[in-house]
Amino acid sequence: MAKKPVSDETQSNREISIEQRETEGLSLGTIVRRRFFRHKAAVASLIVLFLIALLAFTSVGVVIGGSGKLVVNQETGRLIVDGLRIEGWWKYNWYENYPVLNSGGTPTLSLWPFQIGEHPFGQDTLGKDIFARVMRGIQQSLLVIALVGTIATLIGVIVGSVSGFFRGRLDSLLMRFTDVIIIIPTLVLGAVLGRTFGGNAVSLGILLGLIAWTGLARLVRAEFLSLREREFVDAARVAGASNARIIFRHILPNAIGVIVVNATLLMSAAILIETSLSYLGFGIVAPDISLGQIISEYNEAFKTRPWLFWYPGLFIVLIALAINFVGDGLRDAFDPRQRRLPRQGGAWQDLKKLIAERGQK
Amino acid sequence: MNAPIIETKNLGVEFWVDGQWVMAATDINFSVSPGEVLAVVGESGSGKSTSAMSLLGLLPVNGRASGSVKLAGEELIGAEKKRLRQIRGEEIAVIFQEPMTALNPVYTIGFQISEALKVHYPKMTKAEAKERALSLLAMVELPDPEKAFNSYPHQLSGGQRQRAMIAQSLSCDPKLLIADEPTTALDVTVQAEILDLLRNLNQKLQSGVILITHDMGVVADLADRILVMKDGHSVEQGTADQIFNRPQHPYTQTLLASVPKLGRSARRFFEIPKDAKPVLSMENVSIVYPKRGKVAAFTAAKNVSFEIYQGEILGLVGESGSGKTTVGRAAIGLLPVSEGSIKLIGEEIAGATQKQLRGLRQRTGVVFQDPGSSLNPRLPIGESIGEPLLLAKKAEGEKLNQIVEDLLDSVELPRNYRNRYPHELSGGQRQRVGIARAISLNPDLLIADEPTSALDVSVQARFLDLLLDLQDKLKFACLFISHDLAVVDTLAHRIAVMQHGELVEIGDRDQILNNPQNEYTRKLISAVPVPDPQEQRQRREARAKSKL
Repeated sequence: MAKKPVSDETQSNREISIEQRETEGLSLGTIVRRRFFRHKAAVASLIVLFLIALLAFTSVGVVIGGSGKLVVNQETGRLIVDGLRIEGWWKYNWYENYPVLNSGGTPTLSLWPFQIGEHPFGQDTLGKDIFARVMRGIQQSLLVIALVGTIATLIGVIVGSVSGFFRGRLDSLLMRFTDVIIIIPTLVLGAVLGRTFGGNAVSLGILLGLIAWTGLARLVRAEFLSLREREFVDAARVAGASNARIIFRHILPNAIGVIVVNATLLMSAAILIETSLSYLGFGIVAPDISLGQIISEYNEAFKTRPWLFWYPGLFIVLIALAINFVGDGLRDAFDPRQRRLPRQGGAWQDLKKLIAERGQK
Repeated sequence: MNAPIIETKNLGVEFWVDGQWVMAATDINFSVSPGEVLAVVGESGSGKSTSAMSLLGLLPVNGRASGSVKLAGEELIGAEKKRLRQIRGEEIAVIFQEPMTALNPVYTIGFQISEALKVHYPKMTKAEAKERALSLLAMVELPDPEKAFNSYPHQLSGGQRQRAMIAQSLSCDPKLLIADEPTTALDVTVQAEILDLLRNLNQKLQSGVILITHDMGVVADLADRILVMKDGHSVEQGTADQIFNRPQHPYTQTLLASVPKLGRSARRFFEIPKDAKPVLSMENVSIVYPKRGKVAAFTAAKNVSFEIYQGEILGLVGESGSGKTTVGRAAIGLLPVSEGSIKLIGEEIAGATQKQLRGLRQRTGVVFQDPGSSLNPRLPIGESIGEPLLLAKKAEGEKLNQIVEDLLDSVELPRNYRNRYPHELSGGQRQRVGIARAISLNPDLLIADEPTSALDVSVQARFLDLLLDLQDKLKFACLFISHDLAVVDTLAHRIAVMQHGELVEIGDRDQILNNPQNEYTRKLISAVPVPDPQEQRQRREARAKSKL
């Protein structure tokens, strides 16, 4: 009896062809994870994102709840933000004015000789600490990204899967509604609603999330339209599965690649939308801060105090790039056709060979 | 003896997979002389296509070839890309498996043939190219060359498309023709015509042909010499007569033994028990796909009537588009019926609600055609098998695990496979999982829709044995749908033949095979290629005679 499984095993190995051999014994999750960790840029980006978030949240601390408005503390007479304040390790706040140290508030950060100084990213004319402001701006931007990512993905997936699965009248209805949302420019809609519903990060994130789901909905719908014709859906139906079970248990896991990838792209788009809205003055408004708003506030000092733009700009680019790279890594990881090849052929190699041949002559 | 057109020495192909070179074919030696047909036979993954494609330098980017390939004395391995491009089409041409995808759908047939001509003969004028293209289309016996010249690929039938493909590949008078499964996508009657055409052309043009196929019937029909491949190694090589009648290697022997042969299987007889009720009965069933936009309504099946009793296997045979799959799907309520009545275990399913259907479906099982698509790629197979039980609330938790393991045992798969994913299994194993799922609820009716069409012959033979064993044990009624008469012959008690949506003949297996009443049935049976060169020649001649 002990012998039988062995012969079965060798039999099965015999039937496995070359294409299958490489995936032998691995679950899909393992494959995706392995492929992702092989993507160096994506892993590096993930680490960078984590470090940025860590720096932003621990340095200046956070405010939980409250109206977010500045009020005067009766005991000390200083300005504080309304709400539960958890202090960070950085000694300055983003809303208070401090005496200008360097002439004109130039940054004290220098790489050679290395020193951080009192105000590493410099100060503005009123003496506000730019490092604290940028850190707070990153917090708000990341919050917006997270909210937009979650809400837009949720709505997009639900709308897309329902219209792709049920088709017919429901599909036309939902897709025409999607079209209506698509034709209204995001910036205009965001600006109008942002003004109406107040200018903090949470409401802006929710608003943008309610607008940004359209592209994902269309992609998910297309994916569902093709997946619902596959035989395993019929097989599930024959087995007696309900529609909800077919959608959530059978089709959705197969569309996860498209969803995850699109969600990351959505999130990197969100930081740019938030920045542009805040730059236009419709997004996050003072006394709170976002990266776009910092740039907008100082836009007249571009020539005299360029450091007021360097750092918020640098972090916008860093965050957007990092999220895009993570999305790239996920897409490659989910796509089974992606193979790593030894370098051979291709235009670059042809050119090299051509030069080498010329040299010999 | 003529000098060989192509000669390979120690030809090997490797692929770069996950950081290492994996051998796909090694030490392949063969040569093809003018007018000769060499058949390369083997199961999927044996390296037959890859080694043929390496002759042209058409390997995927992660592949490389080694050894030596000499085309009329010229070395091809490591030849310059420019020279290889010249050789493709001009000296070596390829006929692909699926003409619908191998032809570009946005250009006319005529344009595509003229294009091939103009690439290789830049001085040719448009008028000359057209004239040549028309004569080629006439040579491949297309009924109206002028019309075919101006047609787009989708306007031609499958057989006509394959003829157009052959015309295109012949455009530059190639010395060597590589036919990669040229008839696999075609129906048997069309296949017979294309094989006749290939044989005539080969005799007329005296080019060499490398025929790649898994179908021993096709090989018997065309090949002069045969190369049998397995796991990238050449197992045996010899003339058709040697291989078919005196195979030396055990693999060749098993391969030949597992090919189902028409009329050779043991006699199976089934007597309808008196006063038994049929498990499935169809009465004058018509199924119409409704009009959608500009596409007119299409009647896929009309006036179909038959019955299946408990313990009986009914084989449903027909060519593609004959409506056999439609009938199978309607039988379990996956398609709405427009006319007539379908009774499943005594209950009417024409016009039944989803709820009623769900109850009935617990008493049916389905094995689908494509094992790659009928299992959810993100579910471990244990869950796929257990799903019907779970949904029918028959078992849960530990009890469900037990049943799933028993089912895996019964389809002869190791128990630890329950945690594997479909992509980790071979095609044959996946199809076994499909059976396990279909019989999990101990159904009264099993519908098998072309379950073996995606499988290799040896795997198919084991699969059919398994299905027969299970049917003997469980005594379910079975509707077995297939285009392959030989497969149906091995297991069906009765056979029904469909053509253009109508049931043209139904009867006892022996009666259908030995004494067919209907003209179409006769044509279908005579077109099936037999894996025996002599018999195949006799059948061919008989067919040619009946045509005149």
